[in-house]
This record gives sequence, C-alpha cells and structure tokens, in this order.
Amino acid sequence: MLTEEEKTEIMSAIRHHESGRAACVDVLKIVQRHRGWVSDEIHDIAGLLDMTTEEVDGLATFYSFIFRKPVGKHMILICDSVCCWTMGYEVMREHLTARLGIRPGETTGDGQFTLLPVSCLGLCDAAPAMIIGDEVFGNLTTEKIDAILERYAD
Amino acid sequence: MTTERPLTGSMKLNGEPLDIREYEKAGGYQAFRKALGSMTPAEIQSVVKDSGLRGRGGAGFPTGQKWSFMPAVDTVPGPRYLIANADEMEPGTFKDRVLIEGNPHQLIEGIIISAYALQVDRAYIFLRCDYRRGAMRLLRALEEAYAANYAGKNILGSGFTLDIRLHVSAGRYICGEETALLNALEGRRPVPRAKPPHPQTCGLWGRPTVINNTETFCNIPHIVDKGAAWFKGLGLTEGGTKIYTASGRVKRPGAWELPLGTPLRDLLNEHAGGMADGYSFRAVIPGGASTDFLLEEHLDVNMDFTAPQKFGSRLGTGGLIVLDDRTCPVGLVSNLIHFFSRESCGWCTPCREGLPWVAKTLQAIEDGEGRPEDIGILEGHTRLLGPGNTFCFLAPGAMEPLQSALTYFRDDFERHIREKRCPWR
Repeated sequence: MLTEEEKTEIMSAIRHHESGRAACVDVLKIVQRHRGWVSDEIHDIAGLLDMTTEEVDGLATFYSFIFRKPVGKHMILICDSVCCWTMGYEVMREHLTARLGIRPGETTGDGQFTLLPVSCLGLCDAAPAMIIGDEVFGNLTTEKIDAILERYAD
Repeated sequence: MTTERPLTGSMKLNGEPLDIREYEKAGGYQAFRKALGSMTPAEIQSVVKDSGLRGRGGAGFPTGQKWSFMPAVDTVPGPRYLIANADEMEPGTFKDRVLIEGNPHQLIEGIIISAYALQVDRAYIFLRCDYRRGAMRLLRALEEAYAANYAGKNILGSGFTLDIRLHVSAGRYICGEETALLNALEGRRPVPRAKPPHPQTCGLWGRPTVINNTETFCNIPHIVDKGAAWFKGLGLTEGGTKIYTASGRVKRPGAWELPLGTPLRDLLNEHAGGMADGYSFRAVIPGGASTDFLLEEHLDVNMDFTAPQKFGSRLGTGGLIVLDDRTCPVGLVSNLIHFFSRESCGWCTPCREGLPWVAKTLQAIEDGEGRPEDIGILEGHTRLLGPGNTFCFLAPGAMEPLQSALTYFRDDFERHIREKRCPWR
C-alpha cells in the first residue's frame, strides 16, 4: 500500500505533467525516495498513472537508477567506464569490495552500503570517480576511499 | 593573441555558478532583450543559419537547417516543443556538465531565444540524473529567470509566453538519442523511433519538436548578440568555439573553450599539458567513445567537423580519451564495448545480440582465451553492426573505436591470442 504522503506527492507530480504516463519516472523516484527502492506497490502506482503494471515495471526495470530490489542506505556508484578504467577503476573496485566484504551489485549485511559499478558519470577529468548520494568523489585513491567510508559509517 | 571565449569567459574560477545578477553584469540576457525587443523570429532563425552553427552534440548537423524543418506556426497551429539535450553520457565527455554547472543561465537564455525564434511555448531540459549539482543549479537559475519574468507568461510584456521544465532522467545512455529521448519524456520505454517522420514535424506527442544539444543552445545568445560574421571569425577552420576536453594519462585533464579547428596536437600538448610523467602517448579517441582512434601521425589534424574524417575519425563531442603505452588497447576497447553492450536498449536485434557477443569475444582475448579466428569474427561484426544495419547509431558508434583498434593495434590483439595472456597484466 502506498502511504498517504506518497499518494499526495504522486498526485501533485501527475498534475505537473501532461499525463500520468509522462509523470512515471518522477513518480517512481518519489516512491524510491520514501522507501529506498520501488517495491511491488508498482500495482498501485500503475493505477494512479492510468498505465498497466507491466508498462510501469517495464520502465522501472529499464532505468539504471530505479531499483526494484532493496538497496543499502548509501549507494556507492563507482564509474567503470573508459577514463576511470584507465586511471585505476579496477584497483578502487577491489579495494571497496575487500573493505565492504561484498561483490559489485551487493549490499553489506548491515544494510549500510550497496556497491554499484555504473556507466560513465561524466567525471572523466577527475578519474577514477564515484558518487555517494549527492556527493561526488574524484581522483580516488585507496586512502581516500578509506577516509570516505569512515565518514559514512555510523 | 588572447582567444575569445564567449561560452566560458565569464565563468568563475572557483567553480560556483553565476547567479542571474552576475550573469547580467557579464552581458547575460542582453541578446534575449534584443531578440524579443527588436527582432522577428524569422530574423533570429536567419542569423543562426548564417552563422553556420553546427550541432555540438556529436553529429554536427547545421542548427539553422534543423530549425528550418519545423513547420511555421500558422501552417501547423497548436503545441510545439523545444528540448535541450543535457543527457550527456558519452564516455569521455563532460563538456555540458562544465557549461551547466558554471553558467546555467547561459543555457536558459539560449533556450528562451530559440523558443522565441521557433514560436514554441514549452521547453524541456532533459538532464541525466547523475548531474545532481547541475540539476540544483538549473532549478535555482530557472527560479531566478521566472522571478525576473524572463520565462513564464507574457515575457517582459512582449506577448511571448514560455514554460521551461527540467526533466531529470533515471540513467540510460540511449535517452540521449533524440527519438528515444522523446519516448522517455512521454513516459514510454525509451527506445528510438523510426525516422522519418523527423521530430521537427512529428516529435513529442506527435507535435513539431526541435532537440538541440546543451552546448549548441549556449552559443545562441552570443550569435544573436554579436552576429553571424563575428561567430564565423571565432573559429580557426570552421565557425565558433568548441568545448574540448581531455582525460586519461595526461598532465592536466580538463575542459577548454578554444577556436573550432584547434589542432589535436595543441589540445594534447599545450592544453592537456602532454603526457603524465612516466607515460608515453599511444593513441587518442578524439570525440567521445563512439569515434575512431587517431595516432601520433594524425595529431596535426584540425579538430573540426570535416578534417578528422580524412583519417577515418570524427570531432564527435570533442572529448579526447588518451591511450598511453602502459594501458592495454585490447582491455580499453573491451571496456568501451562493455559499456555499449550494457547500454543497448535491446530494441533491434543486431545491437542487442551483437554487442554482447563482441564484448564476450574481446573479454576472452583480454583474458588469454582468444582464438586466432576471433579477430575475423570481430572484423565481421564491425560491418554487421555498422551503419544501415541497426535502428539507431548506438552500435555503429560502438564499432568505430573497435574497427580502428583492429587496424592500429593488430599486433596487440594477435599477441594476446598467441601468448594466451594480456601482456600488460
């Protein structure tokens, strides 16, 4: 069941768009902001958007940053594309997997971190780079990664 | 000689964006006032056409010509749309990020003038979701523009109304393809549409629509303000400036606004500072991941829309990706193809099935499990996935660095297969 708060936000998003369908990506993001991921409330969402469940799920699973499975509190998006790869992505990834004890795509047991290698983040002049939440981290070294993880650990 | 840098010259060195007051102090919104105050839409279209401005997103289509395909408002009345493509996801490309973060109002002014020229009353900025700083700065700038009545209803009493909306996407490379972008905005699965009809006649919700790249829009205010002849004079070999960027093992990775046609050698040696200590130059992908490699012997080429074609490559996005002597070319190409394979939207079979096959073959060679016949298989795929066989340009673009790599780094491919290992690991 969608919460009243989610429903209010969704209806407001629909009003700002040409149609429910056009609001779909924004609506999925609303649900994801509340829950961390897009749960099977996708049925209810489809009803509000005047779309079929399959259409909404087709979009939700198409986009890289709409999650249809639970993810950690902090998403570590590490760029695995060409410039970051050239500048040491693999070393950074290995360091992160060793530090967190997870493989790429997995979430730590305490639910704190999910590690996700992603397509070029447009931070090529600061490669290797990653994003956690709204924060951008460039010119990564293993030491920098240690310091960043310390800050996020609560 | 100091070079004129209309797009970036007024940006702050500390990386903070210009707010509306600072932007206006630096001459911002003058072109907008001139356009709405004293120019007809046809006059603006005409100066843009005369300037010879070509699209800065990678394909280089002449902007004035693109605009001219949109039917006049009296022949096709009703809604019509303008879209700024800021879904910058081409590996090795970050010029639009620099433009948006440093001066969001410049993009907005370009959109307003263009919308007036095309008599459009609804514009969208389609932004990739990882540019969160850019999104925040654009939202703030849009608020300022609305507050000043530079956007919204009856702009400065001119009778012209324009609504500008920011759409933040959710991450897929294909959304940057203009017809996939239309589907994305409509809330449909973002796969490309068949062309024709072209978006100018049948675009967003079937209505006339023009889609231009962010950097293209950023040029518009300056062209309107200073004229077509001035714009043409900015470039070395073709009109205007270009935001070039460089990344990889160079001394100073970064972005520079330079005359269009600046030689590749100057970009690498002068602006990027040459190779980082301990690394030698091997090759460069000059215009984002979808362009062919160039070698040392090609470095005197002028980086414009035509000259690199002599050597089988393209200006593309102007994003230089440098390959050094300590990086495996097979591994690098394997990484590129992995990207394209993952980002294939799955709509057409050659791309959906072919790219993963190419990716697997390259990875096998890189891992020392390649067979001598694999090189021929890869060459075959550069044709199978080439222009004309796929629905959009994603797969043909992916084949560009592969086909030149197979020519220039043939020995490296063969050595991987012969020695059953990557010599760089």
